[in-house]
Order: sequence, then C-alpha cells, then structure tokens
Amino acid sequence: MKKRKIDISNLQPLIALFLMAVAMTILSENFATKDNLFNVARQISVNVCISVGMTMVILTGGIDLSVGSILAFTGAIAAGLFKNGIEMQGMNLYIGMTLFGVIWIALAAGAFLGWFNGFMITKFKVPPFVATLAMLTIARGLTMLYTKGFPITQLGDQFNYIGTGWFLGMPMPVWISIFVVSLAAFFMNKTRTGRYIYAIGGNERAALLSGIKVNKVKVVVYMIAGMLCAIAGLLVTARLDSAQPNAGGGYELDSIAAVVIGGTSLSGGKGSIIGTVIGAGIIGVLNNGLVLLNVSPFWQQVIKGFVILLAVVIDKFNTKGE
Amino acid sequence: MKARSTDYAIIEARKITKQFPGVLALNKVDLRVYAGKVNAVVGENGAGKSTLVNILSGVYTEYDGELLLDGKKVVFKDTTEARQAGISIIHQELQLVPHMSIAENIFLGREPLNKIRTIDYNKMEEESRVLLIKLKFDTDVSRKISSLRIGQQQIVEIAKALSFDVRVLIMDEPTSALSESETKTLFKLIESLKSDGVAIVYITHKMDELTQLADYVTILRDGCSVGESAVKNIPVDDVVKLMVGRDIKDFFVKQAHKKGNVRLKIKNMSLKKSGKSGKYLLKNISFKVHASEVLGIYGLMGAGRTELFEAIFGLHPTPASGTVNIDQKSIKINSPDDAIKAGIALIPEDRKHDGLVLNMAISHNISLASMGKILKNGLLNERLERNQAEMYREKLNIKSYSSSQPVIKLSGGNQQKVVVSKWLATDPKILFLDEPTRGIDVNAKNEIYKIIDDLAAQGIAIVVVSSELPEIMAISDRIISMCEGQHTGEFARSEFNEEKILHAALPK
Repeated sequence: MKKRKIDISNLQPLIALFLMAVAMTILSENFATKDNLFNVARQISVNVCISVGMTMVILTGGIDLSVGSILAFTGAIAAGLFKNGIEMQGMNLYIGMTLFGVIWIALAAGAFLGWFNGFMITKFKVPPFVATLAMLTIARGLTMLYTKGFPITQLGDQFNYIGTGWFLGMPMPVWISIFVVSLAAFFMNKTRTGRYIYAIGGNERAALLSGIKVNKVKVVVYMIAGMLCAIAGLLVTARLDSAQPNAGGGYELDSIAAVVIGGTSLSGGKGSIIGTVIGAGIIGVLNNGLVLLNVSPFWQQVIKGFVILLAVVIDKFNTKGE
Repeated sequence: MKARSTDYAIIEARKITKQFPGVLALNKVDLRVYAGKVNAVVGENGAGKSTLVNILSGVYTEYDGELLLDGKKVVFKDTTEARQAGISIIHQELQLVPHMSIAENIFLGREPLNKIRTIDYNKMEEESRVLLIKLKFDTDVSRKISSLRIGQQQIVEIAKALSFDVRVLIMDEPTSALSESETKTLFKLIESLKSDGVAIVYITHKMDELTQLADYVTILRDGCSVGESAVKNIPVDDVVKLMVGRDIKDFFVKQAHKKGNVRLKIKNMSLKKSGKSGKYLLKNISFKVHASEVLGIYGLMGAGRTELFEAIFGLHPTPASGTVNIDQKSIKINSPDDAIKAGIALIPEDRKHDGLVLNMAISHNISLASMGKILKNGLLNERLERNQAEMYREKLNIKSYSSSQPVIKLSGGNQQKVVVSKWLATDPKILFLDEPTRGIDVNAKNEIYKIIDDLAAQGIAIVVVSSELPEIMAISDRIISMCEGQHTGEFARSEFNEEKILHAALPK
C-alpha cells in the first residue's frame, strides 16, 4: 500500500501554532507554566466545541451566526432548571432536576434551535447567513426573556464541576472537548453522513443526483451545531458559576476564525475537524499571549483580525492554480 | 502555400510555449492571423486551442515565445491592452452580465459620461443601437441580456468587440450553443466582418464549418502545431487525420447482441413548464426499452430530452405525471434515491455541474451513489472503497496516478469515466446517458462507445440522448426522435437514415 501523500499546506496551521508557542515561551516566562497552559486549554475548549459544529456547517457550504446566542440560551436554561426546577404555580407542582436531566434538556434545546435553522434553510430556501442571523437575535431575545436580563448564579459544586473540575490530572472542559473532537472526526471520516457532508459542500447538485437526501443531511448538521453550542453553553456557565444573559457574544467570529485558520474553505467541501482544532489553538494562544504581553485589548482585536486575513491570504496562495 | 504572400498577417505568434502545472499545453506553436480572412484553429479537446487564443488576447500573460503585431513584437499585460490593440475574444461561455441591459453590457467599464460625471444613457444607447444595426440586429438596447436568446447574446458580444475598433476577432467554438438559423446569421455576420478587413480567429472542431467558412486552417494536436494550410489546399480527411493522428477507419463497430425482455416502460410522461404559461416541456411521452438494447433519443436543444431523463429520475416529482414500469412492475419514483433503488442510473449531461464533486478523490466520487457497498459494520471501509475504485480504474482505463487523485485534475474523458464508474457501482438495470461524449476527445469517445456496448451485452437496458447524429446512429439499436417535448418518430436500426431522423426532429 502506498503511503498517503502529506500535503504541506495542511501542515501550515500546525507549524504556525508551534512557532507561536515557541515565540511566547521566549517572550513571556509565564506562558509555558502548567497553570497557564491548562488555563489556555480550558479557554480553547469552549471554542473547540462550537467550532467543530461550525466546521460541519461550513463544509456543507453554509454558515452559522447563531452559535453565541444558542450558547447563551442553552446555558441559561440549564442553569435555571438546575437551580429552580420546574415550578407550576397554578397547579402547585414542583419538579426538581438532576444534573443529567438538565444536560439532556440543554442538548435538546440546542438541537431544536439548530433544527429550526436547518428547517428554514432547506424548506424555505432562506440563505444560511440570513436564517442564522435571525436566530442570533431570536435566541438572544429568548435568553433575555428567560433570565429577565439577570444572571442566574450560585449553581453549586456539582454543576460547576463540568467547568472547573479536574479528572485524571486534566480539566474537565479539556476532556469534554477531546471527546467532542474524537467523535466528530470519527463521524466525518467513517460514516456515510460525514461523507455526504463533504459531497454536498463540494457539489450539491451532484450529491442530489447521487441519491443523497441533501436537505436531511443539512438539517442534521445544523442540529449537531446547535447541540455542540449547548455543550459549550454548559461549559461556560459552569466555569463562571453563572449563566449570563449576554454570554457567548463574539463566538460566531472566534469559531468562524478557527475554522478558516484551520484551512476549511468557506465555499464548502474542503477542510477537516483537526484543522479547526489547530485553528482554535492558534486563536487561544494568541488571546492568551497578547494578555500576558500586556497588549491593550483594543489592539488585541486589531491583531486578531489581521491574523484571520493572513490565514485566508496564505490559503489562497496555496490553492492558486488549482 | 504561395497564397500566404499576398495576404497580410496582422498578428503572428512565434514558437509559443505554455506550461501549466503538470501539463505542457502548448509546445512551440506558430500561428499567423491574416486580415480579412477566417483563420480556423482546429484540434481535439485538450489540444491547446483555447490556451493559444487566450495568449493572443492577453488572458494568459506568462508564456515563452513571442507575439508580433504588424511585424513588431508586443507583450500584452492584460485583456484591456490586447483589446486596445484591436484584439478581442468571444469566449465559449459568454461574458455578459445577465441583469444589465444590452447597452450597459456593451459599454461596461467605459461608460460615456455627461457634464456632471454621471452615465450618459442617451449617448450609450444611441451608440449601441448604431452598432447593433450594423450587425442587423434591430432591438431595444435597454433590454436585459437575460431576455435574449444565446445567439442574440453572442451578437451583443460581437457588438462589444466592434465598439473597440476590432482588428482581430477571436471566436471560441461560437456555434456550440446555437440553433441552425442562428448559426446562419452568425456566418453572414462573419462574412461581412471579413469584407471590412477584420481577421477572424475561429476555433472549432466541426469539419463542415471549416470548409464552409474558413480560409486558413491551423491544426493542433497535444499542444503542437501539426499542420497549417489554406483550406482549399487540404482535404477534410487529411485535417481529421492530422487532428487525431491516426486513420479514421478504426472507429467503433457495434457488436450484435440479442435483446431481452422489456426492462423499462414509460407511459404518458408529461411535465408542465413552471409558471402559468400552461406549456409543456414533455407531453405524453411513451416508450419501451428492452434488456440488452440501446435506445437512442435524438432531438435538437430544447426538445425536452434532458427533462425526460430528469422526470423519470424523480427530479420533478410534483409537476411530472406518467407511469414507470420496471420489469413489469409499476414503480413510483419521487426522488433520485427512489430511482437508484429501482435500478436506474443517470449519467448527466454536464459532468462538472451535475456529475462530480470535483475536489473529491476518484474513489470517493465512485462510491458516492452506492455507499452501502463500502460499509463494514456500518462504517466506511477505506480498503473496500479503494479496491472498488482500483477495479474501475483498470476496467475503464481511467488515466490517473492513483485512485485518491482529485477528479478536478483529470481530463474530460477520464472525468466522464469516473461518472460512468459511479453509476456502474450502483449495479443498474437501466442506464440513462445524457450526451455522454460531450467535450471529450475522439479516443475517449470511442472508449465510451465501447463501454456502452459492453454494458448492453451484459443485459443492461440503455437509453442514450445525443445531439450528434452520426454518434447516435453508430451506437443505438433503435432511435426515437423528439421535438418540442413530443415523441415525433421511431426508427429501427435497419431504417436509420440521417435525413429522415433529422427531419423528424425538426420543428414543423
């Protein structure tokens, strides 16, 4: 069997991440400490969960702008239900919630909002940009309604373990994101639906003519993206011991950036989960590094923007002539 | 070859060499373009015709060799410079903005301005009108391009070229999308441009156009110039021989095989045009195909041939009506998925748009419509997938370095073989082929004919749509003709006659 050829352009993000880490180690003595590295890993975990879903969506040729709002909504639901249970005043009914019950409900809520995105996109042919932009404000509004604009805090150690706990020497969020990434990579490479996702993004019409149920696959992808936002929502809420009504703002940008930096084509059909993880790593190290180097937060945003541009320009340069 | 001395070469290409990654597209090619003449460039697909004219017109700027304009060396930085020097190109796919008007398209990028620096529509439309009248196309120049027929759009492109004081007009297979009457109009236009002294560079692979229209011919094969002559000095057979590099005789010969039972029976297939026009794209089409039979469907563009395949294949489930019987069983097909399960395979007309996922590997494309076959314990199995691809790669002679090569890097003929493999992998009982040899070279064409013949021998019922009469007559056992969505004639192989079939397919 011939060994598969390794394309140098696939390695570029990894090399960039490595070089950044080396540079940071030299520039700041606080970077390569155990505490800081775990801290970075924990921060990256949230973006990794979201970006994995975003990768699938972008591979189909779509986009999901509603990730931050879905994160906030599912986090709020989970926190609210765990803390207060379900209380029906008229009927004198109270149902308490276990942690597992709450997790399932959050996942279901994320899946439902994702399903709604997919439904609008496939049934009514609303462009993904518009459908998920609408969901961005819908889900944010629902979060505000549910929380009445106030954070839901003091969730208890059991809940917060998801975000702050340790397991076998690693933070829980890192374990969770490793689990998500492995499952997603397996799904994309080993199942038919995974293959269909690539085919749809590569040529939707050819996929349709090959008997692939294109709409069904797309709906599934947006549902997965929604569920992964729910996982991210749980992580963020548990880490802060608080469900903030405005949580998750800006994650649409960070996740799209991770996907793009990781080499996935915005027009669909080309890219990988692992690339996205590296992309999220680059953004995470960048965020952390700039803080350690005392760069002003305003400059941090400018620099991040240029890094995204650089990644796309390099990618265009690589694929030139294809 | 003496005729040359009396004619004046406006532009001359000398020893042009163009290297693409992995392909030598042109190898020391010479071309002389004479004023007031039609200078044909012929060759198979992939011979380098388009590359050559793209260099002449400033599309490609990196190449070896030189261009001489009026005997002086020139280098064009881009198409604008070439156009200013009087060289315009009309690409096969027209480069017009569909939602803009005729006048806006003609003056795109150099709109005349009035005193307050806004677009002077009056002047623009007046000048456009003058140009179009010169081309005998009398119409409202504020019409949108999208409302014009292809032939009319081409006239707009010519008008645009003329507005630049064109001296050399390059046309890349201009008649490939035109009807017969539009082609005639185009030829008249070319004659009048010639008499104005414009040099025409005319790319084609149709031999009748060569004899009808051209004064000079340059023949390309595999990136090399293999012949150059005045058309009157070279017999067509010699041109063809030079193009393919071998004798025309070893063309395809159909095997005789016994036809089996009726495989597919279509009854009263109808399809209404979308919108409220009440017109039909297909009207009450009925036909049968037997196992081991090749049925040809012949019709001009717009006859409804593609729509017929699509309707049967479940792409228009609601508006289409009619019954489908396979092996004496009535089958309801609502989606391509249903059609594939019923044993139908459709090799679509436009392989890049409908048939392939271009940046996917050969092996992944081949398994796309029959994923069940490469699953093991419910998961994709790379070895099964690769083995399947290797089998077809060998069987159909798909030229590639590995089955993991993306199909975008293959030539048209090899891409088509990948599409064929994909559908053979579904183990079809019935195979539809829509223009299976469009845009592929002669050798690959013959291979495709042979594959069709072999599949028929294995008992598959085959329906082939083609707009090339010689092709469809060579491969079919029976031909039905279609015109404007209706079944207009049927011919057994013994009754095949070019004129009769063509006549049946022409609008009355």
